[in-house]
Amino acid sequence: MSWEDSLLKQAREIIDMYPQKRSAVGPLLHLAQSKDGYISDDSISVISKLVGITEVQLKSVSTFYSMYKQEPTGKYLLSVCKSISCEINKSDEIIDVVKDFTGLNNNETDKNGLFTFEAVECIGACGGAPAMQVNYETVEGLSPNNTLKLCEWLKKELPEVVVAEEMQEDFGGYKSFDWAISDQSGTTGSVPGFQTLKTTKERN
Amino acid sequence: MKETLLLTKHMRSNPEDSHLIEVYEKSNGYKTAKKVLLQESPEKVLEEIKDSNIRGRGGAGFPTGIKWGFLAEDEERYLVINADESEPGTFKDRILLERDPHQLIEGIIITCFAANIKNAFIYIRGEYAKPARRVQNAVEQAYQKGYLGKKIFGSDIDLDVVVHLGAGAYICGEETALLNSLEGRRGEPRLKPPYFPAVKGLYMKPTLVNNVETISSVPWIVENTGKEYNKLGVEGSTGTRIFSLSGHINTPGNYEIEMGSSFGEFVETLGNGVRNGKDVKAYIPGGASAPWFRGDQLDIKMTIDDVANNNSMLGSGAVVIMDEETNLVSAAKSIVSFFAHESCGQCTPCREGTTWLEMILERVASGRGRTSDIDLLLDVCDNISPGLSWPPKMTTICPLGPSAVSPITSLMNDFRDEVESLIPTKILL
Repeated sequence: MSWEDSLLKQAREIIDMYPQKRSAVGPLLHLAQSKDGYISDDSISVISKLVGITEVQLKSVSTFYSMYKQEPTGKYLLSVCKSISCEINKSDEIIDVVKDFTGLNNNETDKNGLFTFEAVECIGACGGAPAMQVNYETVEGLSPNNTLKLCEWLKKELPEVVVAEEMQEDFGGYKSFDWAISDQSGTTGSVPGFQTLKTTKERN
Repeated sequence: MKETLLLTKHMRSNPEDSHLIEVYEKSNGYKTAKKVLLQESPEKVLEEIKDSNIRGRGGAGFPTGIKWGFLAEDEERYLVINADESEPGTFKDRILLERDPHQLIEGIIITCFAANIKNAFIYIRGEYAKPARRVQNAVEQAYQKGYLGKKIFGSDIDLDVVVHLGAGAYICGEETALLNSLEGRRGEPRLKPPYFPAVKGLYMKPTLVNNVETISSVPWIVENTGKEYNKLGVEGSTGTRIFSLSGHINTPGNYEIEMGSSFGEFVETLGNGVRNGKDVKAYIPGGASAPWFRGDQLDIKMTIDDVANNNSMLGSGAVVIMDEETNLVSAAKSIVSFFAHESCGQCTPCREGTTWLEMILERVASGRGRTSDIDLLLDVCDNISPGLSWPPKMTTICPLGPSAVSPITSLMNDFRDEVESLIPTKILL
């Protein structure tokens, strides 16, 4: 096993939350993703032992879900929605801007490990279409111009914590609903920022 | 047409801090749960839910009281909240999770009391990171106050709640797939029978799986009685419902209304009309799985039964407006691509069929269609859902495959000219 003790401790705490060990597979794979930016063979080996299933069983779970990446992702995962409400609100233009700026095709990561681009299915921001997520933090009401500015900002400022509210204020537009509550929490990697995974922080 | 605020009342009155437990308590939050746990019987709660005639808000519209009544006896039973909201066009659970997580937790407490359940899970889609953080914070606050955990509210009742993140699979919104996912397996739907969640659910134990909006309605119903709830809306579609309005509309958003008005009225009043004064060419009445209605069908009433009688479904309550300039073939392709991407792969008609439909539509949309493509599309659809009738006949374990057929039958029934116009009549050599 080559996970550090602190990570193993965290993993065991997650396992203890569930009546059966195997239920922890989902969050443990998120944890693995937060460690390496993808699900490495090493993580598969560690997790399979922790929960008591074979590596093959675990691999078949890990490859089923689109958020568990099988190859290393960049610091910023750019997920542009292309489902129906975004589609009819010209999400193709947003996708083109991101592709042009990053030079990436769908599901590709740049050589510097800065950006990964993906065109994704519905992210539940249909009222603010077109919309995208950066490391699962949502920005709604995008224009091609503001999308470009958002990409430039990420590249220049390299924010450590990606915060939806900050991006929405500077680059977003019409929202699905009034977010109302001031929220400076965000994510620190290409995983959902979530307390249990310790992948969320407040912006300074 | 006006909104009727039940579920969204607290968040509207306290926009900036509705997510905090102290603010929720000032709006009389948790009083109902406390009263129920200390003074009432589980039977009384179930009676109220049955009297309310509330039907599940996830999409299928199954009566909630009957669902609870099916739950088999066992020492070990579970409640799983389905917060895997992923149906394109739908963003109603997101607002409930983000802005009023305690209302959901109070609903969970009352539900678990009524069904004698000691463990609940909230399965939130992985992409809903911010909503999940809010719910997790709320759960922790509730534990600190003694509203979750051991001997809650000083009663002799224990209840634990775990917030679980999904990982990007729409199919996990299907209840048995969700249970597989929560067990750490691939999110593949189980066969019903024998795997009805109420009998063989999570860990093969009796399990209630309910949508966020359904359970968020529970505190109001129990506080104000099922009879009062039943007075709202119309027969068969009682209470209020949060509709997610999107597409070519002036003011998209979530609107909580009593069911019974027409879609046209909804679009004109709360939606403030179609963007740039254009006409509606077509609209989706209940999420991407629902067959479309034409622009001249805006007088259909927004009730579960009216929409079903017109051969579609109110589904998740997601209304998507497409104006007169919309390329409907591209729109249909977007929906079919969605289902092709989200097919779990267990059943051949769905796995192969959705992929074929996507390829053919792509060909037609890009002007490379063949004259035989229309028949081919219909043939593939017929193999997924024989007879192309509504409600769809199934060749698959779950309804995902037949859902991909919906936009194509809509195109063929109502907009065939538009498809044909994209297909070159002569191939130039």
